[in-house]
Amino acid sequence: MMQHLPVLQVLLPLLAAPFAALLRGRDLAWGVAFITTGAAFLISIALFLEQRALGTTLVYEMGNWAAPIGIVYVIDAASALVLPVISGIGFVATLAARQLVAAEIDARDHALFYAAWLLTIAGMLGQVTTGDAFNIFVFLEISSLSAYALVAMGSGRDRRALPAAFNYLILGTVGATFYVIGLGLLYMLTGTLNLVDLAERLPQVEETRAAFTAMAFIALGLFLKMALFPLHFWLVPAYAHAPSAVTALMASTATKVSVYVLIRLIFGVFGVEFPGLADAVGLLVLTLGIAGAFVGTLAAIVETDLKKLFAQSSIAQLGYMAIGIGAMSATGLAAAFLHLFNHALMKGALFLAIGMIAAQAGRATMGTIQGAGKQIPITMTAILFGGLALIGVPLTAGFISKLYLIRALLEQDFWLLAGLTFLSSALALAYVWKIIEAAWLQPRPKGAPKLHETASQYIPAWIMVIATLGFGIYATPLVQAAFAAAHVFIPSVAGAN
Amino acid sequence: MSAENLIYTLLGLPLLASALVLVFRNHPNLRDGQAVLLGILSAGAAFQLYLLPTGASLTLVELAPGLTLTFTPEPLGKLFALVAGTLWPLATLYTIGYMRGAKEANHTRFMFFYAVAIHATMGIALSGNLLTLFVFYEMLTFSTYPLVTHKGDEAALKAGRVYLGILVASSIVFLLFGVIGVWAIAGTLDFTSGGILVGKIDPFYVPALLALFAFGIGKAALMPLHRWLPAAMVAPTPVSALLHAVAVVKAGVFTVLKVGVYIFGIDFLKETGGSEWLVWVASFSILAASIVAMTKTNLKARLAYSTVSQLGYIVMGTALATPLAASGAALHIAAHGAGKITLFFCAGAIYVAHKRTDIRDMNGLGRTMPITYTAFALAALSIMGVPPLAGAWSKFMLMGGALDNGYLVVLGVLMVSSLLNLVYLGEIVVRGFFATPKRKLKGVQEAPIAMLIPLSITAFLSLALFFAVDLFIIDFGG
Repeated sequence: MMQHLPVLQVLLPLLAAPFAALLRGRDLAWGVAFITTGAAFLISIALFLEQRALGTTLVYEMGNWAAPIGIVYVIDAASALVLPVISGIGFVATLAARQLVAAEIDARDHALFYAAWLLTIAGMLGQVTTGDAFNIFVFLEISSLSAYALVAMGSGRDRRALPAAFNYLILGTVGATFYVIGLGLLYMLTGTLNLVDLAERLPQVEETRAAFTAMAFIALGLFLKMALFPLHFWLVPAYAHAPSAVTALMASTATKVSVYVLIRLIFGVFGVEFPGLADAVGLLVLTLGIAGAFVGTLAAIVETDLKKLFAQSSIAQLGYMAIGIGAMSATGLAAAFLHLFNHALMKGALFLAIGMIAAQAGRATMGTIQGAGKQIPITMTAILFGGLALIGVPLTAGFISKLYLIRALLEQDFWLLAGLTFLSSALALAYVWKIIEAAWLQPRPKGAPKLHETASQYIPAWIMVIATLGFGIYATPLVQAAFAAAHVFIPSVAGAN
Repeated sequence: MSAENLIYTLLGLPLLASALVLVFRNHPNLRDGQAVLLGILSAGAAFQLYLLPTGASLTLVELAPGLTLTFTPEPLGKLFALVAGTLWPLATLYTIGYMRGAKEANHTRFMFFYAVAIHATMGIALSGNLLTLFVFYEMLTFSTYPLVTHKGDEAALKAGRVYLGILVASSIVFLLFGVIGVWAIAGTLDFTSGGILVGKIDPFYVPALLALFAFGIGKAALMPLHRWLPAAMVAPTPVSALLHAVAVVKAGVFTVLKVGVYIFGIDFLKETGGSEWLVWVASFSILAASIVAMTKTNLKARLAYSTVSQLGYIVMGTALATPLAASGAALHIAAHGAGKITLFFCAGAIYVAHKRTDIRDMNGLGRTMPITYTAFALAALSIMGVPPLAGAWSKFMLMGGALDNGYLVVLGVLMVSSLLNLVYLGEIVVRGFFATPKRKLKGVQEAPIAMLIPLSITAFLSLALFFAVDLFIIDFGG
């Protein structure tokens, strides 16, 4: 049983999806999704612990066919760290989905909703686990196609979900196509799609223009999928008009998986030594990352719709992950992994809390939450903590990410960039302050609908808040795991933690 | 008690007091009495800790490798803990008298946050590294916000916004960056004798890094980040006393001094000249605030600008980068603490007994409030630096420090500042004792006894500190 965990991780939600689609009745499909994601979360934890305990890479050969003929699933320090993020968020979001979906989606569609929900989770888990570049593409499409459908399901309440989903589909498909074009070139050059074999054979052809073009296509495709500035325009409408549960799931996981795949291919396959990579990817990603950090933060400051506000903030946060990648060092990658993990927690908390407000009030805007601090204090406090974590206040998870990101930049003597990175993250104070001011320092307008909260509404958000604080107060194991993940791609220097 | 247990005690007593405030919320006497009692215990504990040799350390939790929440009492921190621990019970006693005398509402909430603020102050005083200090620094900001906006009216909320806005923004934008920067450069955040940056940073960057701290620590009210302090004067007077003497601003300048001494290191600052610019900024702050103080006729506003000016002394003591000046700055934390809390206590007493806030209305009040005005006069003399009062020593040491490093101009700044103090504080005393009141005042009309006792004690402390000064001079080596 234990040795089959890597494949069960993906197979379980994949097989549960059609099963959920066949079920009728409100709660049956949800029940299947709940149990499945719960089991997937447990499997991820088990894999993480096993990988950490053994300290080696766990390889699962499909049908006992060894690579390069068969497809292998690989659990190393990097994938072991990312899997629990996806399945954990998936589980908590499913917990919250019961109320959110009931409020926002037509009861007839519930079974299909949960089928697509499970498929998208399975697709994301598959991208992280697989050791085959084409298999990544397949899972990318599985998760994306179902995600387009999920976003479009927001149309029942908000017709703008349809154009948002359409844009998302077009740009997502362009991104995936770029990726697969790059992959085609690589296959032509090396005759393999297995990531390990690719990494071994690429140095023989690394001087060719085709190899460089392949890298460019793959990187660009993934930039689009991870919504790196300026390729981020699909993200904000998609997050804003999707059903609240979908926003919470996707904001915490979808782009993160693309960040992971980018790291896996750029560092794991091409490697830092690949000619032109330091300029074409390193410098570019740094520049776009810092630009995105400012653009996203500034856009968030002037935004009044809370879902859009935090979607803009996600652009900034992805910028920080990009900066970590662009630093091209073990510390930088560790910072990117840390932020990938921590940001998922805080955005999960924020979107789950906001979703509960949106599900009641129809929308969640600055007007909706004005003076709401007294009516729904527990939900608003969750938003407050999520916001503090985004700023990077000590004792929240965001502080730990920021710490290592700045360290990565200063290690390379990027003083100015460190200052800018810090400044942009401190600017997050402006939009968090806006929310504090609206919710607590202003009176509730007369005639505003009364908001209410029950335990089942705020518990999912608070699970994420507690995780955010927990990983802010005791982050040592996480930091070690993040460095282990980084060292998969950039071997460790003796003595570094 | 061992040093570790004393750390727990000093951090725990204010928390216990705040919890008991909630428990006894329906029994005002019990609620307030226990706070005074626990305050006296904490003063004793702080004194005992002050006399113990250094070396103890207490780690609560490790956040990330090498990054901990740690408490390590060192001489400077112990001195600050002693100042805060001693003034807390006096301020609490005074608060009881004031809140009842002035008939303010919401006592329980007030007492609760008052005690939490003291907890945060103790955390700052005893912190063993910058991260711990930062956490308690922020906690102090947030726990004093409900105190500043206590009245809850439009003006109070507006002031609260300025207060929270400046303190939070400066700490998040500058101070936190400084903390993370130091960690990235030095690999540690522990307060270490001689500093942790020697040989790790290009001297070119030292002034900029120091600026992150000097302006990031908004609580030190260095101009132009001083606006929150006069704004916060809308708060009830015990809060002003807490802000000015015990907790907030003292936490600010304490942090500046601590960072200068234990992060940068006095010798390092001197060698690199990284703090030269700060000497001039502090000089400006000292003089400009004094001049503004002269234009204010509201007593509390005048005292507020006097505080801004006096805080400049302590920043100056850091910037001069000599052991003598640093010792003088440390002593000034205690001397100014005792002096300024007395002045604010007196301002509150005048308000409670006569409902007056404008200096021009205070003619002749000294003859009806002899105890209050005598205390006020003593404290004012201490702030001016007249012997035999505590302020004389600290100012003297600062001057010595300025001479050591050849800053003759600073000598002049300090003298002019004393003269300005004489003018704007002296005016109040002179009006009180010698001017004729507009309306006839009858007999003696003092504030309630719960206010008179604390202000007499703190005035006496200003005097006693002059003679017992040996006990409070910290040797920073050299």
